[in-house]
Amino acid sequence: MKKVVQTSEFYVAVVVLALFLVIGSQNEAFFTTANLFDLIRSGVVPGIFVMCAMLVIISGGIDVSFPAIATFSMFSATKILHSIQYDGPVIAAFLLSGLIGLCLGIINAVFISLFRLPTLIVTLGTSSMFSGFLLTFVGSSQISDLPRSLLAFSKEQIFKFTNESGITVGLPAAVLITLGVIVSVAMLLRYTMIGRGIYALGGDAVSAERIGFSPVRLQFFIYSLVGLLAGIAGMIHTTMMRNSNPVDLLGTELLIIAAVVLGGTRITGGHGTVLGSLLGLILVVTIQNSLILLGIPSYWQRFVIGALILIGTGVAAYQVKRSIMRRKSIIT
Amino acid sequence: MTKIEGNHPQPSMPKRPLMLALTRYLPQEASARRLFLIMVAVFALMAAVSPGTFLSLDSFTSMAFQFPVFGIFALAMMLTMISGGIDLSIVGIANLTSITAASVMARLLPAEATAGESAAFIGLAMLAALAVGLVCGLFNGFAVTKIGIPPILVTLGTMQLYMGTAIVFTKGQAIVGLPELYTAIGNGSVWIIPVPLLIFGLCTWAAYFLLNKQSYGLKLQMLGANPTASAYAGVNNTRVLLRTYALSGMLAAIAGLVIVAQTNSAKADYGTSYILQAILVAVMGGVDPKGGFGKVSGIVMAVLTLQFLSSGLNALHVGNFFKDFMWGIVLLAVMVINEWSNRRKARRLV
Repeated sequence: MKKVVQTSEFYVAVVVLALFLVIGSQNEAFFTTANLFDLIRSGVVPGIFVMCAMLVIISGGIDVSFPAIATFSMFSATKILHSIQYDGPVIAAFLLSGLIGLCLGIINAVFISLFRLPTLIVTLGTSSMFSGFLLTFVGSSQISDLPRSLLAFSKEQIFKFTNESGITVGLPAAVLITLGVIVSVAMLLRYTMIGRGIYALGGDAVSAERIGFSPVRLQFFIYSLVGLLAGIAGMIHTTMMRNSNPVDLLGTELLIIAAVVLGGTRITGGHGTVLGSLLGLILVVTIQNSLILLGIPSYWQRFVIGALILIGTGVAAYQVKRSIMRRKSIIT
Repeated sequence: MTKIEGNHPQPSMPKRPLMLALTRYLPQEASARRLFLIMVAVFALMAAVSPGTFLSLDSFTSMAFQFPVFGIFALAMMLTMISGGIDLSIVGIANLTSITAASVMARLLPAEATAGESAAFIGLAMLAALAVGLVCGLFNGFAVTKIGIPPILVTLGTMQLYMGTAIVFTKGQAIVGLPELYTAIGNGSVWIIPVPLLIFGLCTWAAYFLLNKQSYGLKLQMLGANPTASAYAGVNNTRVLLRTYALSGMLAAIAGLVIVAQTNSAKADYGTSYILQAILVAVMGGVDPKGGFGKVSGIVMAVLTLQFLSSGLNALHVGNFFKDFMWGIVLLAVMVINEWSNRRKARRLV
């Protein structure tokens, strides 16, 4: 029990619960199924992004290019499908988008692992490069008439039912993809050698290399996987919006990183859990969607999120600092 | 010549005496020399591609108005990067200070003020802006040193916080209606030198002076290279870091004042792409993102290179997105080249 209380996931869960109760007591609309489904719906794409950002941060890096990769892959995939008048199953769209994302992820991986350049700066550069390339050479106006199978997929819903006021609510089928991604990332980190390697690399790259992990291979794996996942997330975004807009997702990266960090993942690498990151995401999504239910104007959003990042990371950092000081006092 | 310069043998150099004489005027360090050559090459390329538009007085004047803002941001980024940190909040600070200055000028200044009164209020607005920048910077420094949050997270949070404060303050609207005197200063020239360029020159000189003529500069570089060692060498790390983030905040405030003068308005979410550009300029200019090394001359050359590239591409009528693409490529290319030459050097030493 004591162990559970000490984890950062516990604190985040308490904060999320408190926020839910406060919002729920102020406005009944919060606890309706429609609103909760709305919250889940707005977490579908960020849910995958959070996994991407978390994987990279655990490995000791930081990635800001995943929105650019997602946008690039979804838009060029839709453009390709659109131009060949594609009419086949929807899985091909996701595969194509994922594949494009994978290639872009490999570009990141080459710079990061072979040239050993700082991850933040490489991904800033590639992010600028990818979105610049996309908007210059592929196109800059949105595509609204999607292939038929994509439109059909976007209308597919699970848990569909009609509430008392006669409005049908349901979750988009894409929720299942996000769930699948989350479960596989959790399994990867928990039960595989690669997962252990990712933690080891983030904890101490030199030690990881000495006990037999190859940092180059691990980084290749991580950044390619992040590219693949970002590509799939981009395609989900397209199906949920029912159009493909090349500037939609850009600029969301810092908020996603904030969610990951709020969930207890250490920016210095080596620590972090899927559960914590998801709780962090729930916190951010709830603030974004529900401040208005509390009667707080939406222009407070940024301020509240900034304050949360500072408080959340500040508490964690202060605890670490205090424990170091205590340890020192024992020695002297 | 070679005999006087040093006692180590330099076998290949005396073959070309003219080149040797010229190399004396190039920057001495390899990476700086490379940057200088890249700058000249970009200039020559752009001049060759569109000589009519690029090589005109108009184009040079507009360049001189454009690059000071992101040059000042890059100087702020350089200082924090040398300390081993980063400051993502500079644009947030700049927007908050520009909102402060603009609201002092637009809301407090009576409509039928005399020239003297407007000048007084402009001075007051500038002071208020600098004070806000100082406070924001000190807050960053406080969170980094006293609480112990990694700089990237502190400034990620304060970026949202400062921008959020500005949005809350203005309710998301732009502040317009500044006194003409102020915008005239911001867009005017002293003799033929535009005022923003003059301000950039002053900031550059101040950064150079601090880094090279003051003990602060040495302490900062030691701290960035190895904080433990610098603490044992008697450097007060906390003080140096506080000073660094405060300086970064003040530089951001100056950039904010220039932005207000140039755009004649203040907006809470203006120019977020400047963050990327500032990091790009700093890294291209040879600042080590891991901390410990950085030179003002590198920043100036990197800023000029990117401005030549940007203006040259403008003259070719390519879109802004293509510029983003080019900037990304230039950043990666410069880093790869630097890395390669470092490795070659390391191999030679072995």
